[in-house]
Amino acid sequence: MVIGVLDLQGAVSEHVNMLTQCGVDTKLINELPDLDGIDGIVVPGGESTTIRKLLVREQMLAPLKQLVAEGFPVFGTCAGLVLLAQKESLNGLDGDVERNGFGRQRESFEAKIDVNGFDTPFHGVFIRAPYLKSVGNSATVLSKLEDGRIVAAKQENVLVTAFHPELTNDARFHQLFIDLIDSKQRVNA
Amino acid sequence: MTETGTTLVKRGMAQMQKGGVIMDVANVEQAKVAEEAGAVAVMALERVPSDIRAAGGVARMSDPAMIESIMDAVTIPVMAKARIGHIAEARILEAIGVDYIDESEVLTPADDNYHVNKNEYKVPFVCGCRNLGEALRRIGEGASMLRTKGEPGTGNIIEAVRHMEKVNEQIGHVQAAGVDQLMSIARDLRAPYDLVKQVHDDGKLPVINFAAGGVATPADAALMMNLGADGIFVGSGIFHSENPAKFAKAIVTATAHPTDYSLIAEVSKNLGAPMKGIDISTLSDDQKMADRGI
Repeated sequence: MVIGVLDLQGAVSEHVNMLTQCGVDTKLINELPDLDGIDGIVVPGGESTTIRKLLVREQMLAPLKQLVAEGFPVFGTCAGLVLLAQKESLNGLDGDVERNGFGRQRESFEAKIDVNGFDTPFHGVFIRAPYLKSVGNSATVLSKLEDGRIVAAKQENVLVTAFHPELTNDARFHQLFIDLIDSKQRVNA
Repeated sequence: MTETGTTLVKRGMAQMQKGGVIMDVANVEQAKVAEEAGAVAVMALERVPSDIRAAGGVARMSDPAMIESIMDAVTIPVMAKARIGHIAEARILEAIGVDYIDESEVLTPADDNYHVNKNEYKVPFVCGCRNLGEALRRIGEGASMLRTKGEPGTGNIIEAVRHMEKVNEQIGHVQAAGVDQLMSIARDLRAPYDLVKQVHDDGKLPVINFAAGGVATPADAALMMNLGADGIFVGSGIFHSENPAKFAKAIVTATAHPTDYSLIAEVSKNLGAPMKGIDISTLSDDQKMADRGI
């Protein structure tokens, strides 16, 4: 299995390290032809406006959006969640996103959060993080904070977190993404 | 139980800026140009470094109203500069909620003995460094991000190149050294032992390191990325060029694709004149900013 990591801006190497620990091969996706030969793609944390502009400039936004619409597996963290939830960006998750939803950097925080399907809490690192106000019927909430803000969700081929699993040593979300790719490949086989 | 201002969220914020360009802006219009060009953050300051050089006198923290107007105008992070060692300016910037504080040699130092103890702040700091000892001293004080000092406002890349090469060469030296040599290395670098040990174990700095000072063209940005910079600060280079919007966009593209030389050639075409620049050898010692706050 080869998982691509979108390499335009942001925490790219952190995702590569995490996926490598999980025993899968990775490929940096810096331009359109790089999208060939991968089984799934990670859209990392970074500045969502910057990543979006670079996707447009590289003429990658429309092809990637098309791939996602066709069921290609994609995992977005923080900025990646923003791009996947925006209709005008990757439109992969039916949800209403609030960018910088917790405030400025001063308000960035760490918290233990409960995640559906995980035996123990996950250490969430929220950095100028977004959140989902709501999700549509096709999406499943994986984690929400006590005040109801949705911070992790899943929808068929799409996995999103508002926080940064790539800044921890806990690979459970990356493993979840690998399992998602696995199960899709089994269905298609 | 939530916790703010931790080392992880402060350093992590800088990690999210990797591969990006942080641009100096002096007003709301420039901030919008920067955001539109794809900047990952803006540095709000009343005068860019080359104007600080030209104006002379004491350079201080910018007017909080000016900084806030930029915070209101863009959704990307906003940084601002405090004078070296000026704990009150740093606290004021934290109070208005800037996303990052640059304890900067570009402003006139307030304290020639001590830097700010940055560990005590909820807001992360970036500091300049010319070598590994300086880098590790700043990290020891709590810096969450580093940058080369370069020679700000000159449009001359040579100092940033020297600082980046020096730090990386010294990291290689520390990594290759035996464990029993590390205390002597720490003594010679004038750096905390535990951080020297960490560099020895990891083969890299515990925080990210951007290039700053003298970046004037897309090719300069690509050069620094190829020398190992995690990203780029552009000070005077953009808004002192002939066509700032085009220049800004070209530097963002070059930083994101630093080895795609045909693409960088394409975006470098017909950009108009870059900032004029200064040959650093014509500066007297007291005009050099990089030697401040070591």
